[in-house]
Amino acid sequence: MDEILEILEKDARTSPEEIAKMLHKDVSKVKQAIRKYEKEGVILKYKAVINKELTRDEESEVRALIEVNIVPQKDLGFDKIAERIYSFPEVTSCYLISGTYDLLVVIEGKNMHTVSNFVAEKLSCMENVRGTVTHFLLKKYKEDGVMLKHREENKRIAISY
Amino acid sequence: MKDIISKVVQEMQPSGIRAFFDLVLGMKDVISLGVGEPDFVTPWSVRESAIFSLEQGYTSYTSNKGMMKLRLQIARFLKNHHEVTYDPDDEILITVGVSEALDLAMRAIINPGDKVLIPEPCYVSYGPVTALAGGIPVYVSTAPTGFKITPEAIERHCDTKTKAIIINYPSNPTGVSYSKRDLECLKKAILKHKLILISDEVYDELTYDFAHTSFAALSGLKNNTLYLNGFSKSYAMTGWRVGYACGPKEIIAAMTKIHQYTIMCVSITSQIAACEALQSGRKAVEEMKREYRRRREFVVDNLNRIGLSCNKPQGAFYAFASVKNTSLNSIDFCQQLLKEQKVAVVPGNAFGKSGEGYIRISYASSFSNLREALRRMEIFLKGL
Repeated sequence: MDEILEILEKDARTSPEEIAKMLHKDVSKVKQAIRKYEKEGVILKYKAVINKELTRDEESEVRALIEVNIVPQKDLGFDKIAERIYSFPEVTSCYLISGTYDLLVVIEGKNMHTVSNFVAEKLSCMENVRGTVTHFLLKKYKEDGVMLKHREENKRIAISY
Repeated sequence: MKDIISKVVQEMQPSGIRAFFDLVLGMKDVISLGVGEPDFVTPWSVRESAIFSLEQGYTSYTSNKGMMKLRLQIARFLKNHHEVTYDPDDEILITVGVSEALDLAMRAIINPGDKVLIPEPCYVSYGPVTALAGGIPVYVSTAPTGFKITPEAIERHCDTKTKAIIINYPSNPTGVSYSKRDLECLKKAILKHKLILISDEVYDELTYDFAHTSFAALSGLKNNTLYLNGFSKSYAMTGWRVGYACGPKEIIAAMTKIHQYTIMCVSITSQIAACEALQSGRKAVEEMKREYRRRREFVVDNLNRIGLSCNKPQGAFYAFASVKNTSLNSIDFCQQLLKEQKVAVVPGNAFGKSGEGYIRISYASSFSNLREALRRMEIFLKGL
């Protein structure tokens, strides 16, 4: 992966000027590369990683991982039915999986009711869906490479040879 | 009371900047660019292997020379990465960091009155360790030649009592390193004066502009060379204290003799961790290196911009910047910077007289720290 992407993936707020210094390149070249990545959809968006364990909203959301078994459609395979599922805004992630089931669908909802309703009323009755298994998520420890805990203090001594 | 302490130790100069270090340690909320170790923690797979070994009950001594498995892996690694062949049986010794290896080396080869050439500025222990072994450190200032030792300087400082030379590259504190061509030039002078070359290459993995060449890989030099390396810098394992010495079997045997009576063996947990580092740590090393290189560009560019002139270091994680265009000497610069802006850097003279007029800035620190520290340094310089 291009180092520009590596830097932005670590800290999306790093400015093109800083990236240019880090990589010893022209700022204009860096800006151009970033624009290209954005245009081509390599960079889709920039967002903050929020530790929702700490936000303590009363309306904090419930998440569920749902195993979905589907009957693939002729000529279209899994893609068409997957699209019908992931187009719901409640679905935050959707993966085609090898093994005993086909799709892993991640759902977010206000509470267990909304999630179960979604599964019962939208997902399991969908044509080509053969069955679902719902797992409610109890606690998040790590997400997308980020450990969801307080930053640990520096353990090095402040000065040394 | 004075007579209790040996003459050698009495004559050892206490570090002149101890007071400054104490000042830093006593202050809160300091951004420190004065740290001589990686800011990464040891890769998890390495830590996990050590925990597992403890659970399995690996708590005993190992062979004096170190675990055979580790020596074999080191031999294989050196062959693959540096094209140097060492026999794990009798040419490799596992030590408590490079520090112990250096101490053993000096005690193994020095007779009272032997001289040792030490290019300066240099890591703080080279002189004292030489003196403790009964040798005479001969400091050779590299400041006039871009902090690189030259064959001419070696020639000028050699006499019949000169037995060895300690070369550290990439260098702490200057970050300077030597290309293969540089090494070839030095080789002639080393061979001509039949010097034992103690090559401290602990920062070798952190070389940014060219591939690191090991002295021992040059033809005809291996029999004169003691190669020292360790896991501290490349694998972020400073606290584990694992290093190694490779060299002619006579020297390794002599060092092993001292090692077996003084240290016995390196902690087994650390040795097991080192095995794992060699097995699975390569990806982490590459990632850390890329990150250091980006920081190097960022820091050096900014230092020059704010008026602290600084050559681009080829390796390690230090920038050695001149403070000569301020009216301050190294120690005053560091003290005032600390007091006024709470940024800690190390005065260059901590690494010998020829480091005066410079400061060592460690970029083993996160980008957010580096950014903020450089901002504060700029304010400090404007206020001078």
